Amino acid sequence: MSELILEGIYKDFPTHRVVDGITLTIPQGCFYSLLGPSGCGKTTTLRMIAGFDEPDRGLIKLAGRTLNGLRPYERPVTTVFQSYALFPHLTAAENVAFGLRRRKDPDTAKKVRDALELVQLSAKADRLPAKMSGGERQRTALARALVLEPELLLLDEPLSALDPALRKQMRVELKELQARVGITFLFITHDQEEALSLSDRIAVMHQGRIEQMGSPQEIYLTPATRFVAGFLGAVNWVGDVGVRPELTRISRERPPSGMRVKESTVSSAMFLGDCFRVEAQTAAGQSLVAQIAHGLGQFERGERVHLWWDPSDEMALPE
Amino acid sequence: MMRLRAFFLLPAWAFTLLLFLAPMGIIVVYSLQTKGVYGGVGEPWTFENYVRLFDPLYGVILLRSFAMAGAATFGCLVLAFPLALYISRSGTRKTLLLNLVMLPFWTSFLVRTYAWMFLLRDTGLINSMLFGMGLINEPLPLLYNDGAVVVGLIYGYLPFAVLPLYSNLERLDKGLLEAAADLGAKPWEAMLHVVLPLTAPGMRAAGVLVFIPSLGAYLTPDLLGGGKSMMIGNLVQNQFTSARDWPFGSALSLGLMAVVMLLLWALLRRDGEEML
Repeated sequence: MSELILEGIYKDFPTHRVVDGITLTIPQGCFYSLLGPSGCGKTTTLRMIAGFDEPDRGLIKLAGRTLNGLRPYERPVTTVFQSYALFPHLTAAENVAFGLRRRKDPDTAKKVRDALELVQLSAKADRLPAKMSGGERQRTALARALVLEPELLLLDEPLSALDPALRKQMRVELKELQARVGITFLFITHDQEEALSLSDRIAVMHQGRIEQMGSPQEIYLTPATRFVAGFLGAVNWVGDVGVRPELTRISRERPPSGMRVKESTVSSAMFLGDCFRVEAQTAAGQSLVAQIAHGLGQFERGERVHLWWDPSDEMALPE
Repeated sequence: MMRLRAFFLLPAWAFTLLLFLAPMGIIVVYSLQTKGVYGGVGEPWTFENYVRLFDPLYGVILLRSFAMAGAATFGCLVLAFPLALYISRSGTRKTLLLNLVMLPFWTSFLVRTYAWMFLLRDTGLINSMLFGMGLINEPLPLLYNDGAVVVGLIYGYLPFAVLPLYSNLERLDKGLLEAAADLGAKPWEAMLHVVLPLTAPGMRAAGVLVFIPSLGAYLTPDLLGGGKSMMIGNLVQNQFTSARDWPFGSALSLGLMAVVMLLLWALLRRDGEEML
């Protein structure tokens, strides 16, 4: 089995501990995301797997083989860098051929053609990076890393340099590509929407540790900590429980029995296009948010309303 | 605004016209005249000096100069590349190391060339050390030959090669080296296939900055070559001093200038504004 195993990885920088005991297993063929805010240690973790940094302690194993101490060029791992790091003096095809030529692969020409076709870049094969669009650069970087058929592909926030529309499109393509090539993807991101929509499994990192691992649904619906709940989406905290704004209802008439109800006053109502975002203050002065569909009526500032939700939608996370 | 700009540019224009173009004009005029009996120049006007440039005797000297300047340029690039690479990766010590590279400029080139004579001569430092260690029985002929001239040129112009290479390497994205390693390139392969091609503009700039002054050098071949190793610069100097043939000296220096400009033009046409 070509799985990646990290066992008790620690890494200190001169001022602080960046990676503080990470242990995880990524099954073969999995689209796995490391999700966390900047400075949480996710990029350092990726760099240790690629071989650019060495862990102070802990083991990195891929397909049963220990990678510790191997140079980056000795590891069966390739990377799509955040800035792509394309070689500016080489065309798309030459960039893709770079790794194959180092291996003296006899099928270089055919493999380069296939890889460019895989990322729909055959027409731009002779183009230099300076003459490419952001999306084309990204596809070149993907083809360059995939053509070597690594046992693991590392992706360091590869979508962050693209504009929003292109980012959503590339998200779909990336997911399809991974399904087609069957290579294990380890995807580093700080964008929770990206992680949720792409991944089979997610590990949420915070201050050098993994706060929670699980499927996107598990992470979002049953977060293990307040940090995970808050990082993946907005939360209304009421004492020891939290509830998502999209599960919070609002109405003028009394809600059905069995619901948790907060009497409140509307403090702002915003139209967001796909929904309304209504903010209301409880008698205790607490601010709660409800995100509601258009059909559920309009609410004015200063209006007295009932904010309510189903207790089964609550996330019990004591501080 | 325009008038203000003209005002501040005036000194530079005046300086250039008077002190740069005027001497050039004088040289052009001299080169078309005939040498006087006691030096100096005079009538009749003639192209004879330019025709003499094509005398094989001078062609040989020009070719020798090209070969020596070429060797010095090659030597400078080979030495400067690793040095510039090392400095560009030296973090906080970069400024110190760059200042050390430029340290020789603090003293006169003439004095430093004499110092080289003390190093290379038969009773010099190198020969006496080798002799003291029992490695040689008689002094090696280190001074007054082509080798000494090339070494002297390399020494003199090495900083001019280090600086453009350093600034090129400094701008090189370090991420590209990580990408190369990630794709399976060993360090020497990354150097050969990524760093070297991307340093080509710096190499060309360094090459031009070393080759041109080397081609016209006269102090180094004069002192370290001992008159036996003549370059085109010495020939020009001779015409103005011992030969007292100013018109031919002028034609020679203009010919040298034309060759250099032709070379520069060929290089610049390839690089556009990328160079320097």
